[in-house]
This record gives sequence, structure tokens and C-alpha cells, in this order.
Amino acid sequence: MRYLSVLFASQPDTSPSAELFQAIATLGQEAAAAGVMLDMGGLLPQTRTDVTVESEELSVLDGPFTETKELVSYVVYEVRSKEDVVEWTRRFMDIHRELWPGWTGTSQIVQVMPTGEPPA
Amino acid sequence: MTDSLADTVAAVWRIESARLTAALARRTGGDLALAEDLASDTFAAALRQWPVDGVPRHPGSWLMATAHHRLVDHARRRTTGDRKHMIYAADQPEHHDPTEEVTDMLDDPVRDDELTLILMSCHPTLSRENQIALTLKVVAGLQTAEIARAFLVSETTAAQRIVRAKRRLATAGARFEMPGAADLPARLGVVLAVIYAIFNEGYASAAGEDWTRPELCHDALRLGRRVVALQPEHPEARGLVALMELQASRLPARHSADGSPVLLEDQDRRRWDRLLIRRGLEGLAQAGELGGGPYTLQAEIAACHARAADITATDWRRIAALYVVLRHLTPSPVLDLNHAVAVSRADGPAAGLKRLDALTEVSSMQRYPLFHAARGDMLERLGRLPEAAAAFHRAAELEANQALRAVFVRRAEQRNGDHRQSFDTM
Repeated sequence: MRYLSVLFASQPDTSPSAELFQAIATLGQEAAAAGVMLDMGGLLPQTRTDVTVESEELSVLDGPFTETKELVSYVVYEVRSKEDVVEWTRRFMDIHRELWPGWTGTSQIVQVMPTGEPPA
Repeated sequence: MTDSLADTVAAVWRIESARLTAALARRTGGDLALAEDLASDTFAAALRQWPVDGVPRHPGSWLMATAHHRLVDHARRRTTGDRKHMIYAADQPEHHDPTEEVTDMLDDPVRDDELTLILMSCHPTLSRENQIALTLKVVAGLQTAEIARAFLVSETTAAQRIVRAKRRLATAGARFEMPGAADLPARLGVVLAVIYAIFNEGYASAAGEDWTRPELCHDALRLGRRVVALQPEHPEARGLVALMELQASRLPARHSADGSPVLLEDQDRRRWDRLLIRRGLEGLAQAGELGGGPYTLQAEIAACHARAADITATDWRRIAALYVVLRHLTPSPVLDLNHAVAVSRADGPAAGLKRLDALTEVSSMQRYPLFHAARGDMLERLGRLPEAAAAFHRAAELEANQALRAVFVRRAEQRNGDHRQSFDTM
């Protein structure tokens, strides 16, 4: 089963520590070594543009936006169950909790629609 | 316990099983059977205790510490001579919080241990089915019931395979240590063969009703990536993962809406998994730079398909040439057959059939359904329809997979030849 995990977060004023980066890198290596992480990437801050249709009107709106939480990164997992991706993501978030006081974030986990699973 | 919590324990187990079992195996002085028992016991303890106390914040550390306690208990019992109760005595719930007592087990160099564990699970003295069962249990961290489901056998049978594997390792005196540099390549070769056997069972199931079992392919892929992480300079580990990713990219297109097989020629290539193709092509390039080998060559062939817009745009000449090299490295009648199929696409069915006819005397080909199916396909393209029908009938008789057999029967009955499929095994 394939899942997309996208991270929305707002950073405190403090800078992230070297320990945080080290812990994230180690966890990333573990997930890659477990063979569950197919793809990942970081997203550039302050680059968001919204293209919206609302009330039958189309609009294009450039940032900056006032929301405190920004889209930060994404990971694509291939795992046996939803609980696997939840556990990997939980570990990822817990590292931030431990090593970056004041940081708030949410990882949204959604399953990628299978393009052609055999009928059950 | 809620199902969801049991699923969480199982998920944590899949992440921690290999590391934990490997550490235990070394701590027990190389007794993989005991290590596996202690590991299973630790898993059972988590199933009992987490619903009561909640999932620990560091579940990996909790498991490792609990396993360590089990090991210490075991050693103590053994010194007091009470062997009977050494492993299974601890059915009472745990009351300690081992999370805070993480030992130096965590700080040990585990990478070699994990590779040693994989090499042990795929020990050459074990039968292939027992290698597969043990590898899925201790390395992939699957439950016995999951292994049974994946291989369409009873849970008892799956459990027996694991017990037999452990017993065989003990009687063969297999030691939990890295093989010497001279033996390592051959031992890694067995590991890759085991992983590819798991993949193939998922990609084209040997028997049963389902044509594919994708989850098994993904289990094999995860195992393969694990070997690559442990042996990043090994060209064929990368080659095999590239091959499996490129083949697995076609899984979504490999069956129709009703589940019946759709072979390469008729697949809707828009349904191929682009992410796996991208990874497979990247991995293939790395494998080639490291020196390649037979799996890498097969990945090259799979890449020819992955790059082609359709069957006619496929570089069949290159595929035929790759099969010539592959046959030279690892001669086999199946490769001769695949070569003949490629030739029939590059130079026409008459040229392909000529090569197939040279294989007619090979007894393994006589019993190989895809040989007859390929023959039927070429005969049909030559307009020799009664002979084509007979060849497809023979293929159907020999095919154990029910879904694929139905395709051959249909082909045998379609003598007008206006609905063509190819039978490339790649």
C-alpha cells in the first residue's frame, strides 16, 4: 500500500539544532534501509501560490500568506499497512518534539489511490 | 485489544524485527533458533502489555530492553539447570518499564549483524521454501499467519517450515558469523535468489486462482532494498532491485478489471507505475556503474520495455542482444526461449520459430507452458492456425495458474488470430 505523508509545520524563532538534522537523517536512512521510503522531498518556504475556483470564479493568489503553518516536506511510503506509515511518521514527528522546543506541526497521511489493484 | 493496536504492534515489529533478532542471535552466541524464540516471546509481551500501558514512546527501545531481559532470564535459568522453563515461562504480564533500561545492545554495530541474519536465513543448507519462510519471518518481520496467506499454505505448514529451518541450521552447525571474503559473493547470490523467488511468486503466482499477489512483490522489494542498504557496492543487489522495480511497475496493468491476466502486448502502459520506473532506471544505472551481472542484464531488458511507448516501439533488437549476453553468463533453456521471442519480434515469427524448434527436444521446455504459448503465438502470426490452437491447448494443459490457463484456453479457441497477445516471460 502506498501512502503520501505531507508535513505542515510552523517554526519557532529558534534555529533547528544539528542534533535534529542528525536524527532526521538517521531516521531517513533507517526508512530507506527498511525499503519503505520510495520518494521524499523538501519544499521551499515562501514559494506558495494558490490557484482557486470558488463561487464559479477562478483566482490566482501569490503569497505571502498569513497562515502560520507551511507545507514543509513530503514522503512517499510503500508499506504493508497503514500502521507502518503511521509508526514511521510518528517517529519523525517525535524527533521534532524532542529536539526543537516550540515547534508545532502536523503530518497528514493519505493513501495513494491504487491504479489497478486486482479485484478482491 | 483493539485490532488497530495489534496492527500497531505488528507494524513496529516489521520495523524492529531484523535488528532485534540479529542482536539477540549474537548475544546468544549464534543460536538463531533461540534468538527467534526470544524475539517471538518479546513480540507476544508487547501484544500483552501495550494495550494495558499504552504504546511506549520509544517502542524499539522497549522491545530491545524486553528482549534483553528475556535473554538474561534465559541465561539464569540455564545456569540453574531449569531448561524446561527457560523461554516460555514468562506468560505473566510484565511490570517493569524496560524503556529506561536500554542496554548497550542498542549501541552495538548492528549492520553486520543484520547482514549475517539475512545470510543465515538464506543459508544454502536450507530448502528454498524454508529459506523463504525464515527470511520473511525474521528479516521482514512477518507473522506466521501472513506468511501462510502469502504462500497459500496452512498456518501449520508455514510454522513447520520455520521450525524445520531452525532445526536444520542447528544440525548443520551453521554459525552466526559473516562468511569469509571468499564465500561472501556466493552466499549473497543465494540471498538474492531467495528474494527474487519471493518476488516471482507474487508477480506470476505458480498456482492458485490469483494471477498476481502484489503485496508479496513489495515484500521482496523491501527485502532487496534492505540488502542494498547493507551492501551498497554490490552491483547485483542493485541490479535485482532495479529489475524488480521495473517489473513491479507493470503490476497495475497486468490484469483486467475482472482479474484475468493481461500480458505485455495488451497492457495499458498509462497504468504502469512511473515512480517505480524512475527508481528502477536510476538503480539500473548505478548497478551498471558497479559492474552489473545477470540481474542487471535482466533489468536492462525490463528497462527496454519501460522506455517503450508500445510493443512495436520496443527495441527488440537490443533485447535479443541482451539475451545473447545473458545466455552466455547463465545458460538456460528459458533464456533461449525468451531470446527466440525477442527474435520473433525483431526479425519476424519465422525467425523466432526456427529458434524455438531447436528447443523442442529439451524436456524441460516440453513441460513449460510458456514455451508452447510462445510457439502458439508465432504459429498464429504465421497463419498456421490449427497448429497454433494445438500449441495453446498444450500450454493450457501444463499451466498450474488458473487465471493464466484461462487465457491459453481462450487463445486456443480463437483461431481467427485477430486478437494477439505476446507471451514474453519478462
